[in-house]
Amino acid sequence: MLHTVNKSPFQKNTFESCIKHAAKGSAVLLIEDGVYAALKGTSVSAEVQQAMGDITFYALEPDVNARGLKGKVMDGVNLVDYAGFVDLTVKFDRVQSWL
Amino acid sequence: MSDEEMMEGGVQKKFCYVNRTAPYGTVYALEALEVVLIGAAFEQDVSVVFMDDGVFQLAKGQDTAGIGMKNFSPTYRALEMYDVEKLYVSKESLEERGLSEDDLLVDVEVKTAAEIRDLMEEQDVLLTF
Repeated sequence: MLHTVNKSPFQKNTFESCIKHAAKGSAVLLIEDGVYAALKGTSVSAEVQQAMGDITFYALEPDVNARGLKGKVMDGVNLVDYAGFVDLTVKFDRVQSWL
Repeated sequence: MSDEEMMEGGVQKKFCYVNRTAPYGTVYALEALEVVLIGAAFEQDVSVVFMDDGVFQLAKGQDTAGIGMKNFSPTYRALEMYDVEKLYVSKESLEERGLSEDDLLVDVEVKTAAEIRDLMEEQDVLLTF
């Protein structure tokens, strides 16, 4: 399953809920303010790193760049563009949006 | 009203704008900036506080070409021309987000939560976005 998170992990608990309910082998795509979860050296970085073993993380690069986070995304988070976003929704059988 | 205020033709109050939301995900950051600019025309004593996700508004190197939205971050640099010079950023909020003063696009004064609390207590009007 592909999970999408579009809210900042510092403001809402949606990222937290997503990680808690994402099964092994699933993917999490961070979009809009959700991309802040991919930022290096934050209070949620360790949690992302820990989940990386079971879950593949993606972040939408246009949203990363808009927020001035270029070069500040943690290792292991894959950057995709909108075409890559489309590919992910096709690759996985279902999409769960954590709003 | 004091003599000085009479001469200026109006009462000067302490206005504080509290920014707590990240830019682009919602319209709050941009609209708050608009209000600060309009408010500056009224020659009030203005302070702008960036705390929680509001600190992300001042991140350097914003490039919005890919999301098809206008990059309004250069406007923060223009605040000085409107005599809005009291820009305060929460120390704790920066730390929680792995950011330092060097990551910000304008000169600010970094304040602790206790200092921001005291600053808020001094204000006549607080507007939060």
